[in-house]
Amino acid sequence: MKDTPLSNCERDFLLKAIEEKKRLDGRQTYDYRKIKITFGTDYGCCFVDLGKTRVMAQVSCELVAPKENRPNEGVMFFNIELSPMASPAFEQGRQSELSVKLNRQLERCFRNSKCIDTESLCVVSGEKVWQIRVDVHMLNHDGNLMDAASVAAITALCHFRRPDVGIQGDEVTVYSPEERDPIPLSVYHMPISVSFSFFQQGTYLLVDPCEREERVMDGLLMIAMNKHREICSIQSSGGIMLLKEQVMRCSKIASVKVSEITALISKALENDKKARKEGGKFGFAESMPQERITALKKDETSVEMSDVSEKADEIIQKAEVPHQTVPSPVVPVAGVGQIGEDLQHTWGLDDEDDDEEEEHKEDSDEEQDEKNMDVEHEKEIRGCVVEISDSEEEEVIILQAEKPGKTPIKTGSDSHQKGAAAASRKRPNK
Amino acid sequence: MLSSLKDRVGAVLLPGDGFSLDTDDTISLTEQAKPDKVLCGPGLRRSGARLVACKSGVLRHKLPNVFWVDSQQRRYVPAKGETVIGIVMLKSGDVFKVDFGGSEQASLSYLAFEGSTKRNRPNVQVGDLVFAQFTIANKDMEPELVCIDSSGRANGMGVFGPGGLLFRVSLGLVRRLLAPHSDIRSDLDQLFPCELVVGMNGRVWVKSSSIQQTLILANLLQSCDTMTAPQRQELFKRVKQGAL
Repeated sequence: MKDTPLSNCERDFLLKAIEEKKRLDGRQTYDYRKIKITFGTDYGCCFVDLGKTRVMAQVSCELVAPKENRPNEGVMFFNIELSPMASPAFEQGRQSELSVKLNRQLERCFRNSKCIDTESLCVVSGEKVWQIRVDVHMLNHDGNLMDAASVAAITALCHFRRPDVGIQGDEVTVYSPEERDPIPLSVYHMPISVSFSFFQQGTYLLVDPCEREERVMDGLLMIAMNKHREICSIQSSGGIMLLKEQVMRCSKIASVKVSEITALISKALENDKKARKEGGKFGFAESMPQERITALKKDETSVEMSDVSEKADEIIQKAEVPHQTVPSPVVPVAGVGQIGEDLQHTWGLDDEDDDEEEEHKEDSDEEQDEKNMDVEHEKEIRGCVVEISDSEEEEVIILQAEKPGKTPIKTGSDSHQKGAAAASRKRPNK
Repeated sequence: MLSSLKDRVGAVLLPGDGFSLDTDDTISLTEQAKPDKVLCGPGLRRSGARLVACKSGVLRHKLPNVFWVDSQQRRYVPAKGETVIGIVMLKSGDVFKVDFGGSEQASLSYLAFEGSTKRNRPNVQVGDLVFAQFTIANKDMEPELVCIDSSGRANGMGVFGPGGLLFRVSLGLVRRLLAPHSDIRSDLDQLFPCELVVGMNGRVWVKSSSIQQTLILANLLQSCDTMTAPQRQELFKRVKQGAL
């Protein structure tokens, strides 16, 4: 697939911004992007993040026959893989110009500077040596692949442990990591590549160009250096003429950057060693924080929590309001107490009345009879006029209503009275 | 079945999250029994008797029964009527080939500009940016762009002038920017005056009075992709105070 084209507008803007000493991500001209180094679970696996550029390096080893002209030296093999995952412009399986260039640069940087002691990789002279293979995979391309690849490769080589080998007579034994601790490679120094891009025929210089800056640059200078300020390799591409002073200045900048990056690598290695010793989370597992699955993370899951407050409100509303105030006892009559907020209890008073009535009964039976008669005929009246009513109130109303219009009912009541009188007379018989 | 979908509106769905499409086993006597028809937008797909999410994002709902997943994807699939920012790749005869970030290039006729005739050709160079609208966006046909509306007016479309910066954001952010009452846009209004062109293909072009301001705007918009509203407002406030 073709790469996304660069429009004229982006090109003009970038060049204008560089003239004003501004960069797309707000860096200064000599600033490096943020470097992050993480390790895989295995020895010799290393991820390097350089801004948005991401590179993985994996070191592996196997026993091979040595080269004929160097019978007691191990073999170093470097391979750079540009997968379409890094950029749609990269094609799978085909060696592009860029990958050949990066591969050659990496080989020159590591093999020719003799940063790894290859003689210690010899097992049996002329027969078996270790071949150390470094695979560098580009995971995301945002410019400056070379620097990221060199950091990843050297960190992976420092991190790598090869199996121990024992020789007894003619017998060669390769011990598994359980039997004998694997041994690290002997690394003499760490060559690290630093890239400089030039614009406007070398007028402007930027360190660590990003992808869009790489597209508009005129020339590129890559200096590989170690922390002892020894230049391991230097390459200029893009066909621009550089002055001696410019190269000297670049090498000075490179030495500063290299010492910073070397310190970072050794710190990362030290941290990983400590983590592995303690047996905690290390490597890739540690580098994947759990809470970064989604970009728009919600603070709470609404599903479980949504109706909790409503439910709580419901329960509170349904529940009876607890009595807050204790009512002071009301005393209607001396000696009678009342508790609570109900209607006034008057039973105590009624009882007293009843007692008086009972006393009356005992006094005169006749009076009692008359009273009974009255009650009887009242009930009769009620029976005639009002069909269904038991309450005392109704009775009272009827009696009051009777008084103004006496005539029609009175006649009835008279006749009833006779009947009632008869009934009262019958009562003793009963 | 609808209620299970409606319950999840606003929640984050991940690919594989499913909903049962079975109708309810009890039908209410009082309410009118109507067969539920659900319209599924992007990110939801039917598989047998289930409705399955095939994109990660927030489930959205529109009355009466339209559901879709609001995702933050970056891959653009052209749709008819959408306006995009394209880069002219090639001038061949009477059409321009335009890259809009999709799987293939679109063709743009030189007659599809305002006021252009056979004699009066528009001044378009290779590498120029155009803001154009899809008239054909079909999986079986080459997509076709025009820079005029149905009445022959430019209506904001056409070739970009000089200056400005083009950058890419996610399609979700583009939709949020283009929403009628976009809160990101209103936040941006309070910073500094700028020209903003937003294409549905995730490309955004911004131009301000100085390069510094243009860069700030571009970086702010790119970082808006992964920020919540309070975080964004906090950042914008800091920018306004001149902290950055």
